[in-house]
Amino acid sequence: MIWRKTKNYFFITILTLSGIAVLIPLILIIIYVIKMGFSSLNWQFITHLPRPVGESGGGMAHAIVGTLFLVGLGGIFSIPLGIMLGTYLSEFKKDKMAKFLRHTIDLFSGIPSIVIGIFAYILVVIPFKHFSALSGGVALGIIILPIVTRTTEEILKLIPGTTREAGLALGLNRTKIIWHILIKGSRAGIFTGIILATSRAAGETAPLLFTAFGNSYFSFQLMQPMASLPAQIYTYAISPFADWQRQAWAGSFVLIIIVLGLNLSARFFMRQKS
Amino acid sequence: MSVLKVENLNAWFGDNHVVKNISLDYKANTISAIIGPSGCGKSTFVRCLNRIHEEVPSAKVSGAVYLQGKNIYGPGVDAVTIRKNIGMVFQKPTPFPAMSVLDNVLVGLRFQGMCKKTTLMEIAEACLKKAALWDEVKDKLNQPGTSLSGGQQQRLCIARTLAVNPPVLLMDEPTSALDPISTAKIEELMDNLKNEYTVIIVTHNMQQAARIADYTSFFILGDLIEHGPSSEIFTNPKNKKTEDYVTGRFG
Ligand SMILES: Nc1ncnc2c1ncn2[C@@H]1O[C@H](COP(=O)(O)OP(=O)(O)O)[C@@H](O)[C@H]1O
Ligand SMILES: [Mg+2]
Repeated sequence: MIWRKTKNYFFITILTLSGIAVLIPLILIIIYVIKMGFSSLNWQFITHLPRPVGESGGGMAHAIVGTLFLVGLGGIFSIPLGIMLGTYLSEFKKDKMAKFLRHTIDLFSGIPSIVIGIFAYILVVIPFKHFSALSGGVALGIIILPIVTRTTEEILKLIPGTTREAGLALGLNRTKIIWHILIKGSRAGIFTGIILATSRAAGETAPLLFTAFGNSYFSFQLMQPMASLPAQIYTYAISPFADWQRQAWAGSFVLIIIVLGLNLSARFFMRQKS
Repeated sequence: MSVLKVENLNAWFGDNHVVKNISLDYKANTISAIIGPSGCGKSTFVRCLNRIHEEVPSAKVSGAVYLQGKNIYGPGVDAVTIRKNIGMVFQKPTPFPAMSVLDNVLVGLRFQGMCKKTTLMEIAEACLKKAALWDEVKDKLNQPGTSLSGGQQQRLCIARTLAVNPPVLLMDEPTSALDPISTAKIEELMDNLKNEYTVIIVTHNMQQAARIADYTSFFILGDLIEHGPSSEIFTNPKNKKTEDYVTGRFG
């Protein structure tokens, strides 16, 4: 009896300690970014473009807009495609094609993001002969696609088969059942998947380094380079200028706010569902 | 008058012959029960009556089912159209996810293109009343259907089926997942449904069949053993197997 209690206590302690061991670095990083970032963050940082090298001040407005643009570009095709693929995988799961597709999608979600960057480089940058927002969007799209596909598939699989039969029994055809009952009925869960996927894409640096590349002004042109927060942070962080390093912290802070905000809203929608 | 006439109906799952050459006649405004040991093809039989059986990949059917004189398995007959005229309630309640109580009731009608708001509201109220659910949900029509209790959800599914106004209503063990009070409520409302609909109900509960059904069919391993007025099936069966089953000596 005492032995059992001791054992129990022992394991609980170990579990708690390992939980803390995981949490501490995470919290330290966030606290550090907030400390360094918040003090460097100001209105000018969010609303202004970078100043020429050597001048202090300026901001990353173009990179904030660029990140939103690139994520939007990646999402605009891969979110609908991911929902369609996920639906196909869930509703026609026995097709040979579905099995093949599922493996392909799994493969995609396992590829390191730098390799996805190379892929987009070969696919878009080389043929057009220069870095472009489009190639960055393609890279982020490839990151978003498998996440949206798999969450959509898993969410739809949670709906029991009798719900589909009940739709048939009401005289609805398969398309109507899939679209109006299954997908609409799972919209909260699918939306959560979309938010998780886009927040993951928003934080990616590697696939943008040699695709969207970066610039230092506002640009909305598909075939021109475009700045992004992660790439801008990277450039500024490794620069020798104290002011740029300071701005890199501010950029990290803004990025964390965006990603954390997206994740929290995903959680909020998930809770609303249940 | 016969509303639904089944002629030499056979059904298979792959090579497994589960409904064997069944012929039955269902009169208008009656409740008929189907009883029999589990796995004897009761569900498969009723699923042939609204052409849901054929949705299973390995499924096959032969024979004829006449709904108001028209063979639903006739050439060129569309299964989707047939299903609008034969409603079905399943064993487990199947409210549609993230859809309000009201939308659940009206979903069938909306897809048929009816969208006049006042008419829809009238139909919803009438159907919820027929399903004996109106008083319990009239103040939460906009809450999700899944937020109701199991028994309420099942009555919601009945209301949803009634809304498209099919002459025939199939129920596959509609109360077997419910508590006794909910079961009693559904048995009660079924008695009223008889005035407007023809009901075919599968049940594993013989007392239930005896209480609510005018006619009862007894199945064993896909064969129809006996069919007749419930009073005779339960008190004076002609077949020895039926007698053994209803007296609890077999099953
Ligand atoms: N989806 C299915 N695929 C293959 N066989 C099935 C399926 N559903 C039922 N069966 C088989 O058909 C027979 C009849 O089943 P069912 O009609 O569900 O019986 P009951 O409703 O009387 O319990 C059983 O032997 C069962 O194993
Ligand atoms: Mg059954």
